[in-house]
Amino acid sequence: MKKIRQRKTKQPAAAYMVSAAMLLLALWLGVSVGSVKIPFQVLVNPEADEVAANILWNIRMPRVVLAGLVGGSLALAGAAFQGLLKNPLADPYTLGVSSGASVGAVATLFFGIGLFGAYTLSIFSMAGAMAVLLLVIGFARAVDRSLKMETIILTGVIFGSFLGSVLSLMIALTGEELRQIISWLLGSVSMRGWKYVWMILPFLLIGGLLLWLCRRELNAMLFGEERAHHLGVDVRKRKWMILGGGSILTGSAVAVSGTIGFVGLVVPHMTRILWGSDHRHLLPLSFINGASLLVLCDLVARTIISPTELPVGVITSFIGAPVFAFIFYRQRRKGAARHA
Amino acid sequence: MLRVKELTGGYGATPVVRSVSFEVEAGTMLGILGPNGSGKSTLLKMLSGLLPADSGKVEIGGRSIAEYSRKAFARQVAVLPQLQADTFSQTAYQTVALGRYPHQTGLFAGWSDADERAVQKAMDRMGVTKYRDTEIEFMSGGERQRVFVAQALAQEAPVLLLDEPTNHLDIAHQQQLLDTVRRQATENGLTVVSVFHDVNLASLYCDRLLLMDRGEVAAIGTPDEVVDERKMERVYAARVRAGMHPEVPKPQITLLPAKEPEDRQEIIRKANFSVSREYVHLNSRIPLMAVSSAVFGAGAGWYRHFVNRKVDADYSTDDAGTEMRDWLDESGFPLTQTVAMMTAAMTEDAVIGEYGPPDAPIFICVTAGVGNAVDASLGTDRDAYAGTINTWVIVNGHLPEEALIQGMITATEAKAKAMQTEHVLDPLTGTVATGTSTDSLLIAATQRGIRYPYAGTVTELGKAIGRGVFECTAEAIRRYRKRKANLERESR
Repeated sequence: MKKIRQRKTKQPAAAYMVSAAMLLLALWLGVSVGSVKIPFQVLVNPEADEVAANILWNIRMPRVVLAGLVGGSLALAGAAFQGLLKNPLADPYTLGVSSGASVGAVATLFFGIGLFGAYTLSIFSMAGAMAVLLLVIGFARAVDRSLKMETIILTGVIFGSFLGSVLSLMIALTGEELRQIISWLLGSVSMRGWKYVWMILPFLLIGGLLLWLCRRELNAMLFGEERAHHLGVDVRKRKWMILGGGSILTGSAVAVSGTIGFVGLVVPHMTRILWGSDHRHLLPLSFINGASLLVLCDLVARTIISPTELPVGVITSFIGAPVFAFIFYRQRRKGAARHA
Repeated sequence: MLRVKELTGGYGATPVVRSVSFEVEAGTMLGILGPNGSGKSTLLKMLSGLLPADSGKVEIGGRSIAEYSRKAFARQVAVLPQLQADTFSQTAYQTVALGRYPHQTGLFAGWSDADERAVQKAMDRMGVTKYRDTEIEFMSGGERQRVFVAQALAQEAPVLLLDEPTNHLDIAHQQQLLDTVRRQATENGLTVVSVFHDVNLASLYCDRLLLMDRGEVAAIGTPDEVVDERKMERVYAARVRAGMHPEVPKPQITLLPAKEPEDRQEIIRKANFSVSREYVHLNSRIPLMAVSSAVFGAGAGWYRHFVNRKVDADYSTDDAGTEMRDWLDESGFPLTQTVAMMTAAMTEDAVIGEYGPPDAPIFICVTAGVGNAVDASLGTDRDAYAGTINTWVIVNGHLPEEALIQGMITATEAKAKAMQTEHVLDPLTGTVATGTSTDSLLIAATQRGIRYPYAGTVTELGKAIGRGVFECTAEAIRRYRKRKANLERESR
């Protein structure tokens, strides 16, 4: 919030080029590295090695693409939440929004709801995300009108813990069948297949579009809601769009991959440090880099103690928690210095 | 143009602003004043559409503000907030560019040349172009505030609202900011409304002032109608004095601190005067309010040292003020607390008389040389000669400004009478002189103790000054003549 640097964003082309190159590299590493090495020529000429091509297109590729879409969605949501709340520690995970989405998703399984066909899980997940987001912000605002950084995060932790218990309760009550949910909850993109890619894609487009339409308004809201109002922003409408967009992105990501923490915290933060906090570029760049990060994290998760796979959420938390601590430390030190 | 009709509103059931009406013409600046909690910030929030009105309306450009969309409204009205707390950092350019937000309509509106020009112009005008790529968090408060003014100017709105824009700024930045805003009104025809904490700044920069008291309009009008001692004291419940700005015809108020118990013992006595061959010196422990036509420290002010310095008859310098300053400095007088005159007459011959009530006397101190006595009524051209009558009137008492002026008139008349009685002639015309060409007069008062509302010739004080100046001047002239006669006898 305070110490986030602002470089010239006059030449954003370089930022996009670097990010895109990193994404391509991550994608290639993601599909090629593993117990079976996939040579590059298989990509262009599937006939060369039928087995490798099969692994590439039916196992590795959907997994890598899903990881990229989930990572991008979470990073995009995180960037939007941070901008709206002017809080560098906000992300779907720290706000408890991911937990809300999980409860929504697990509830559909628990109660066997099938209202919207293949999209039921995603839609209930999004509803859970939105409900918790509104509760967290409403509660934090009731506690302290200025919505201090710590208040929001603490509220997120309270709601997250509570929802965690609700999840545990539901799992305990269902018995054996939902045991698999536990590994799902830890966050994973393995063994999902193309079906899951199609499950997340439409919501990613809708949520992403909602946020993209608010890119300039997010810039204005960095100066506070009152200032944004004076600059001509319809603050109420835009807030709903941003909260809605963020919830859709979070909910649909959680529905396909479970709770993967800190991607939405780390990626926008790094992007801002490197290329500034102009949301016209911050949003797309966060998406691209979020995708790269999760693809790489997933690669590490499935290779580091091969043949056993770690849930990817373990890896992101391993990176994310120290970054969280670092941002928190720096914000507080700066705040203390300012009030001294 | 901004018109407010019977505007009432606030946050809860009881309105903070009640039935406020006023109009602001394009090209003028209205200042909103009032004590804390008088509703001035709430009023501004209602003008900027942040807070809906309970009743009444605000019209801009002839249309009620409720009819505007958010963006259309921001094209009409720009708001400059109080100094911002820091947020995610943005560069100065990005911050100013946000001012173009209301002009970017449509789903895929891009950045037009008009946008870029408006931003450049606003940044140039506020002198922040050189900070273009600097993050505003690394700027000083004054620089940051200028960036926000540029942001508001980039909106190119005909109405500019400001909420205590000079809060937390030092005086140089206050001046810069308000000079700029003032220019926007005068040169570009902006309608400016600003809430002010500082009555004097508001008086100095605004065409009209609106004084709020408990949510209602207590006064509205030009600064000299509103910045009035009684109105200010009533609304702010503070003891103030109103006076005029020294260079601009705008009223200014001064706070009067709570009075300390007066030290009755602190009066000027004859022992405070000392006379030597070099100068006559009055040293007071407390500062005296003095008005004088001295060489150094002339005009009005508070001083503790009063010096009448002897210079040679052939004393000549291009710049008497600087020469006197250097001399005072060398002689160890504190420059900021000293008034000094000069004379070619012998300071040892100074006459110091004591008049008025014995427990709070009035002192008259005169040195005289009448070598170049002049009959002022004839106004003849002549060469300047050495010779001066320097008169001090020191009063243990409290005199308002008019009494100081009356005291000077009385003293001057008494001096002229002494010239006549002593039959001092103007050597050029042969008529009775009224003074010399370089006379100085000083009147100083302790501004405590006895109150003398007037000092005309028939008042207590006037009588003491009149008789005192007459007697002392006459005596000083006699001493001057006696010394001159002795000198002539010796040289013969």
